[in-house]
Formats: sequence, structure tokens, C-alpha cells
Amino acid sequence: MDLDSVYTELIMEHNKNSRNKHALEKADLSEHGHNPSCGDDITLELKFDGDIISDAAFTGSGCAISQASTSIMIDLIKGKSIEEALELVETFIAMIKKDIEDQQELRKLKDAMALKNISNMPARVKCAVLSWHTLKEALNERN
Amino acid sequence: MMSKQESAVKERRIDQEFAEKYKADFPILKQQINGHDLVYFDNAATTQKPEAVLDAVDHYNRTINANPHRGAHTLSVRATEAYENARAKVRDFINAEKSEEIIFTRNTTESINLLANSLEALVEAGDEILISILEHHSNILPWQQLAERKNLTLKYLYPDENYRIPLSELEKKLTAKTKIFSISQMSNVSGVINPVKEMAELAHQKGALVVVDGAQGAPHLKTDVRDIDADFYAFSGHKMLGPMGIGVLYGKRDLLEELPPFLKGGGMIEYVEEQGSTYAPLPEKFEAGTPNVEGAVGLQAAIEYLEEIGLDKIKEHELEITEYALEKMKQLDYLEIAGPLDLEDRGGIISFNIKDIHSHDLATIVDSEGIAIRSGHHCAQPLMKFYGLNSTGRISFYLYNNKAEVDRFLESLEKVREVFGYGS
Repeated sequence: MDLDSVYTELIMEHNKNSRNKHALEKADLSEHGHNPSCGDDITLELKFDGDIISDAAFTGSGCAISQASTSIMIDLIKGKSIEEALELVETFIAMIKKDIEDQQELRKLKDAMALKNISNMPARVKCAVLSWHTLKEALNERN
Repeated sequence: MMSKQESAVKERRIDQEFAEKYKADFPILKQQINGHDLVYFDNAATTQKPEAVLDAVDHYNRTINANPHRGAHTLSVRATEAYENARAKVRDFINAEKSEEIIFTRNTTESINLLANSLEALVEAGDEILISILEHHSNILPWQQLAERKNLTLKYLYPDENYRIPLSELEKKLTAKTKIFSISQMSNVSGVINPVKEMAELAHQKGALVVVDGAQGAPHLKTDVRDIDADFYAFSGHKMLGPMGIGVLYGKRDLLEELPPFLKGGGMIEYVEEQGSTYAPLPEKFEAGTPNVEGAVGLQAAIEYLEEIGLDKIKEHELEITEYALEKMKQLDYLEIAGPLDLEDRGGIISFNIKDIHSHDLATIVDSEGIAIRSGHHCAQPLMKFYGLNSTGRISFYLYNNKAEVDRFLESLEKVREVFGYGS
């Protein structure tokens, strides 16, 4: 196992200094996500402009993978429609499950592609997908 | 007279020899993980098996295997004998009076679930169950649910600032309504050993039944259930060099006689009529279905192996490593240790955190150096909450570990910090 392919600079930067980690004032939706077995715990907050996710942020605690994954996800979905965001969630989860391996198809995940190598670490998969499942729950509630 | 330095060198050599002598008996430990010699520091979760245990199980399966207690044929008789010999060995190991006081289960969890189900017959609404906040989920949930089913009150003991539960805390929480008191012999998080004998005496004075969870105790502490005066004692084979899927529930005979069975079916009956049945005598009454004979045989071999070395010697070795590790760890200002730093009434378990680094990242990175440690809440969420912790890393020692492995672990902590851009 190559640690450098998991704890990349991008992931460490998002983990340490995430600009997306704060409470969101007047959020339209707040969704709690939790991995009880390891203690990863996030609250995702979203603001909408009609069908568009106009702003998003999170609070909580957890391992570097869970925190970075959440922050990278927020960068990706801001400004996207609910439908687009749900599609990105499906693509991300498929990447981690190795259901999609085609780089071309994964390109739309942008920085989140940096988490691809987590798919080789079964014990850490749940850390990477926590925020994405949380977002899916939230958006399905909104829909 | 030897200088302090010379004696430290000598002590280290003895430690090394002890561990290496026994490590040679464990084939699994002779491998590399991620390009490094394996250091196995997750013994509180499960332990490894020596050749003696692997051989005993193999021999049983190759030459003896049959369904015990049933057939008239030779193999069945031999399998019965093997199973009952294992029971007698367990009886002697914990110094129980009679073989029928030893019930084989899958593990500690099943033992406590069995108890909590069967004890339902002896409690009534308004009674109290007393446990401690140190408990593993397996010594919490069965009681929580019994309390819900029968409308009982579940009360907790809490430790002092030194991680120990004072006897005064027990005296304060015990009442005339306390019907069941269930306590771990050793905490799987802080490594603290509870004074179960003194606790049992206090609980008995109030008329409570005493259950001792020996999951962490039995593998490391010489245990005498009659000396403790435990009414029930539960432990698992796989935490003491034995196979997974074999565990023990000890109970005082008259209490086991009084309790109704938990699982019903084959092997636990006397006569079965269309509308009613009578149960087999102890211990079969509590052992419905075909038992795990190969597991029992493996457990017997594990006990024999441990007894040959001596539990006292093993504990001494573990404490030496623990002392060494604590001494080094407390000098690292980036570490927070969730347990006592002294060696009094404690075993070889150390829970800790690296500041600002989650324990799962920690475990992943030290694993890349071939070191197996545990991370998470250790199935003790109420205790983690009590200490305000989300999770911790945990190292736990057994006879095959040594101080050189602790050094490698400490070096790997530097690597963790490096990956996260701290220090070095």
C-alpha cells in the first residue's frame, strides 16, 4: 500500500485548512452524517437558489479522509443543480466501489478523483463516502 | 554490583529472549506485512494461535470428529471424551468446583446474553442492575434490554480521575434493590483491573448476584472464581490463544440449576412430549444444538500452553513492556494517553491519541509499517463519551511481544506525524 497515493497533498490540505468547514448562516437544509464505528461525524449545511445549490459548508470531526472528502465534495457541488449533484454522488460512489474505472467518465469529479485510491483500502471506504451519502440523503429530502 | 545501565541491558535481553522463545511457536507472526516484519499489537481484540493449538484442532478433525453425546459408535464416544476433557480443563483453569458449572458458548458476548435472558426469571419491575461505564457493549446491551423488558433501572459506576472505580462508588450505588451487579475484570480501553473480589463481597452483602466479565481478565490474570466468589464468570477462547467461536460461562451450580434454559432444541432435553418437555441436567441444559467440539479442544490446548509458561510470568512480561512503552510515550508531548500511567492494578493495554490526528489515520499509517494496532471506540461508546473522546488508538500486548517492537511502534508514530506535516 502506497501511503502517498492516499494521503496526497490535496487531501492533507483540505483536511487541515478547509475553507468549507464552518457553520452556514440561514441554511435551508442541514443533514447529519455519522460513521458510528469510527466516530466520523459531520453536519452538512446547504443553501438553495431554486433548484441550484448556492452555498454549502460543513462542521464536525473525523479522520483526514472523511474531512477532506467532505470539503472536496462541497467545492464540486456548489453552483450545481440538485440533479447534477445527485449524478456526481453516484459517479463518486461508483468510483470508490470500482464500478466505474474509466478516467474519461470520472473526469467530472475533478479534485474528488484524488480519492480514487481509497478504493484499494476496504477499511477506509466508509470514511470517503460518508459525506456523499449524507448529501444524497439531504437532496432526496429536498426533492 | 551492576550499574543501572548494565541492569537495563540485561533486563532488555531477558525480555527479548522471553518473547522470541515463544514467538517461535506462532507461525502467523513469522510474516511480513507491507514489507516489514509484523508487529502484532491488537491482542485485546484477538490473539494468535501457537502450533500446539493448531495441532490439537487439526488432530481432532483428522482422527476424532463426530457428534458428541449422541451416538453409540466409537468416534462419538471419543468426541464426547475430548469435549468433556476440555470442560474439565476449563474448570481447573478458573478453579471451579464442578465440571457442570462450565457452559460452553461462542464467546463472552453470548455468555452474557444467555445470562441476561435466563436471569429474567429472577427479577421483577423496580429492581436495579448495576454495571460500570467501563464496560464493553457486550456487558451493557444485554442488561439494557433486560431492563427495558422487565422495567428495571440500569445504573452505572464511574471511575475517579485516576481511571479507577473506587469501592466507595460501589457502596454508594448498591441498594437493597440491586439484583444484578456485572463488572469487567479488566477494561479493554484503559487496561485498568477492577478489584472484583472486594466488589463481589460488597455486592453480596446487599444480596445482588455478581457477574464478572473476564474477556480481558482470563487471558492475562490468574483467576479463581471461588476466591473472587463470582456467581457467574464469562470469557472467550480467542483472546487467550484459542480458536474463535468458543467461549465459557461459569455459574455456581445451584444458580444454574434454578435458571431456565436460553436456547432450546437438540442436546438440551430429557423427554420431549407433544406439549411439553423436561430439560437435560447441567451443563447440557444450556448447550442446545451440536457444540463446537474442535473449539473446545483448541481452548484446552491454549490453556495447557499458557499454564506451562505460567500466567504470572506472562503478566510480568506484559507489564515490563507496558512500563517501557508508558515511560517513552509520556515523554512525547503530542500524545494523550487515555488510562493510568502507573502500573498498579493495570494490564498491558494502552489507549492513546496523537493530537490533531484521527486514530483511523494513525492505524492506517502504522499498518503501512507492518504494525497492527486497533483504532476506534473499542465497543465502549459510553466510556469514550464519558472521557470526551471520539476514538483512540490502542496497543495491547501478549507473551510474544517485546520492547524492540515498542521501539518500532514509536518510530512509526514519527512517520504518522511526518505524513501529517508535523514535527520531525
